[in-house]
Amino acid sequence: MTKRQRIVVVGHGMVGHRFAQAAVERGLTETHDIVVFGEEPRAAYDRVGLTSWFGHPDGAEALSLLPGGVYDDPRVRLVLDSVVTEIDRAARTVTVVSPPSAGSRDGRQGALLDQRGEPGAVTVHDYDVLVLATGAAPFVPPVEGRGKDGCFVYRTIEDLEAIKAASEAATSGVVIGGGLLGLEAANALVQLGLDTHVVEMAPRLMPVQLDDVAGVTLVRHVEKLGVQVHTGVLTEEIEGDRSVTGLRVRQAGTEEGARTEVVEAQVVVFSAGIRPRDALARECDLETAPRGGVLVDEQCRTADPHVFAIGECAAPGGTMYGLVAPGYAMAEVVVDALLDGPGTFTGADMSTKLKLLGVDVASFGDAFATTEGALELTYADAVSGVYKKLVVSEDGRRLLGGILVGDASAYGILRPMVSSGLALPDNPEQLILPAGSGVRLGMPDEAQVCSCNDVTKADILHAVAEQGCEGVADVKQCTRAGTTCGSCVPTVKNLVEEHFASVGRVVDKGLCEHFRLTRQELFDVVAVHGYRRFDDIVEAHGTGRGCDVCKPAIASILASQTSTHILEPATAGLQDTNDKYLANIQRNGTYSVVPRIPGGEITPEKLIVIGEVARDYGLYTKITGGQRIDLFGARMEQLPAIWKRLVDAGFESGHAYGKSLRTVKSCVGSTWCRFGVQDSVGLAIALELRYRGLRSPHKLKGGVSGCARECAEARGKDFGVIATEKGWNLYVGGNGGATPAHARLLAGDLDTQTLVSYLDRFLMYYVRTADRLQRTSTWIEQLEGGLERVREVVVDDSLGLGAELEAEMARHVGGYADEWAATLADPAKLERFVSFVNAPDTPDPTIAFTTERDQIQPIAPALIPVGAPS
Amino acid sequence: MDVARATALCAVADIPLEGGVAALVDGVAIAVFRTHDGSVHAIGNVDPFSGASVLSRGIVGTRGDAPVVSSPMYKQAFDLRTGACLDDASVSVPSYDVSVVDGVVLVRGVR
Repeated sequence: MTKRQRIVVVGHGMVGHRFAQAAVERGLTETHDIVVFGEEPRAAYDRVGLTSWFGHPDGAEALSLLPGGVYDDPRVRLVLDSVVTEIDRAARTVTVVSPPSAGSRDGRQGALLDQRGEPGAVTVHDYDVLVLATGAAPFVPPVEGRGKDGCFVYRTIEDLEAIKAASEAATSGVVIGGGLLGLEAANALVQLGLDTHVVEMAPRLMPVQLDDVAGVTLVRHVEKLGVQVHTGVLTEEIEGDRSVTGLRVRQAGTEEGARTEVVEAQVVVFSAGIRPRDALARECDLETAPRGGVLVDEQCRTADPHVFAIGECAAPGGTMYGLVAPGYAMAEVVVDALLDGPGTFTGADMSTKLKLLGVDVASFGDAFATTEGALELTYADAVSGVYKKLVVSEDGRRLLGGILVGDASAYGILRPMVSSGLALPDNPEQLILPAGSGVRLGMPDEAQVCSCNDVTKADILHAVAEQGCEGVADVKQCTRAGTTCGSCVPTVKNLVEEHFASVGRVVDKGLCEHFRLTRQELFDVVAVHGYRRFDDIVEAHGTGRGCDVCKPAIASILASQTSTHILEPATAGLQDTNDKYLANIQRNGTYSVVPRIPGGEITPEKLIVIGEVARDYGLYTKITGGQRIDLFGARMEQLPAIWKRLVDAGFESGHAYGKSLRTVKSCVGSTWCRFGVQDSVGLAIALELRYRGLRSPHKLKGGVSGCARECAEARGKDFGVIATEKGWNLYVGGNGGATPAHARLLAGDLDTQTLVSYLDRFLMYYVRTADRLQRTSTWIEQLEGGLERVREVVVDDSLGLGAELEAEMARHVGGYADEWAATLADPAKLERFVSFVNAPDTPDPTIAFTTERDQIQPIAPALIPVGAPS
Repeated sequence: MDVARATALCAVADIPLEGGVAALVDGVAIAVFRTHDGSVHAIGNVDPFSGASVLSRGIVGTRGDAPVVSSPMYKQAFDLRTGACLDDASVSVPSYDVSVVDGVVLVRGVR
């Protein structure tokens, strides 16, 4: 038996970690011991997601790729806080400087020893195989003043901590570099509350990935978020005595000494690219590429067969790759080589899709149409800030690449088309036109779905078909697809759903047997074609004559898009029985009546009217949870007379029977309460009157509390508003019921006008896109991006839909009319309120009551024995 | 052959298209429906799952080829032609012989 081999890995970033992980998974540790030296004080973390550190209370832990800092396999040892200072290739040893107490431990804070100028413990370690994974360092251009206090780079958690600390005393910041990482850094400065500038030498943002139009489109999005973009600008000098006060810049192409201007800033972040950290290799005479990076072959091996290099410090074939996916691929290749496998690294897909400052941006394949004869198809909508370009081959048959800004939803299908060479459909423009007119494309099995982790469609199908994965979460865990940048998750989801559909598992999202469309698709179909009748919709898009599922759903969609009375002949037959009689059916076939009491505020006179009506019709009364009064036991044919009395007294329908706004509950607020800070009752009434009658996928409830004591229980509602000293906090997605959910903060300290416009957008977005009977909480959860997505659409207006959603709500508000008053005024609508068509004055003989606690209660009708009546 | 007495209930136009009305025949509540193709069906009005006399208020549509009403109470579907419950084979409601003569809906065989 051969002696166990020893592998030393230099660097514990994402790629070094992936190497160790792959070594364990693929059994390399059966024959090899691995020791990994990391110079940072913590184990590898997700550098791609660095900016999310600002949003997390314990950001470092959330980003960690190895929480706990220890591998499951004892044959892999991780040593942190340790710098490899020298490689002796002849002796096959590395020299390591560590603090005296350094050992295998997790996330301890601390600066590097050599930075403190103290000698640490120096140790020498043998290796049989050396893997360099030292990564890259930020490139800081030689600008005058770059060493001043307030200058930072953007690479490690320590950098972020320093930027955060410096921002506390700062008002504005500037990022030098408008590439991917620069925009990430700008996002961080915005989150830290700074007036943020981005300075880019090239004439557009993201010059490596985007063309001019895409760059301009991105600038418009970014500037809307308050970031000021300066393109085509050179940095001359960083001003300030010891600390930064500003950045002196001049237009690119002008002479030195030409007119300059100063961008005021107390924080400067350099993000002008990265350089491979290849010094260790150079010092031991390993060859490096002209533009940096340890030169390696297709197995990532240097000229020394015992030394490999992977990730950003390596230059396979002379090219350095500054993305994580190629680094992961290199790590896998080296593990494979050490297992005597055939794997090679021959270049990488440099496609990128990411969300920059809430804007979708993707660039893939031959984005600049450099292939001979390549043609470009573009779609641009400057108003909503969408730009899409496809680069296709001369014969129009193959997709070569593309750029997407503002809407990258097609990326999941387009990028695999490039790598698989799948033939384009006859009308490729359909792929980028809005609402992708239903073109469905088969994807070959070998198509790479997740480029970060090299997962193909076949891998995903294998996971669901053979490995027992039950859903997207299982597939992610099993294959790693979607676990790095996440951009392929929608595609993974589609593949999983397609698979289950193909084996007959129910994942059908169609509404019912009559419609294959989802509610959202039906909503769009109705809007686009302007349908007003069920017959037209079912003839064009469905089969049969409908049922109790699709008919009420379509009735609701029609009601949301028009303001016609729900009992008009075209829609009366579609309504559920509650809507059909504008009342709530009870277990014995009688109905309950709920007049609207906005905000729960009611005058004594109106209370008396309710009491008199209940007394005169012998109705049972109960206070509801929504601060109003429910009157039970009305026979269907009594409803018009009861409502006549109520309408005459100034009441209107409370829509307790509809999938629509119920109530906006309130506390008494600052008017009476000694703790209240705002008029919660006034706002609740205004909101209830604004949204009354709005038909929605499910019932909707709201609440307004006048202070943080939250007596209105607003966070238990679909929308909850809580007063602050400065205005209102808006919470969304709460409900009680079987699966209670607390509403979560959408936006804070809003003035009333902004609050109302956000609510208009939120509610209309929900009405448009939710599934049938989906409450706001589950709707938010299943939205790709969740609450963050809602915030982008509603608050940031990233889709440019804000004005449209508000206009739709304005149409609803303007078109509102009380359903009961209109019914009473229309003899045709009243005709249906009869007990028997041939005996209109005879009450239903099965209805009977007893008395309990001085009020009526239904006597259960004698159940007809079920079995075989002939 | 059953030559039971025919009872006139209403004009066919009194029944909404793809809707229903309740009628009372000798103290028995029946539900009379008109489907999209204009045909008229009558079944018992009492929903066997709740005991409430409400089937005429259900939504009329189709399940496969069968014209159905779904109970407004708990949503079970009943075949308008036979009264059979399509969601529970052990349950059915009475079905009545109904015809339209000169625009008048006639029902036979109740009781």
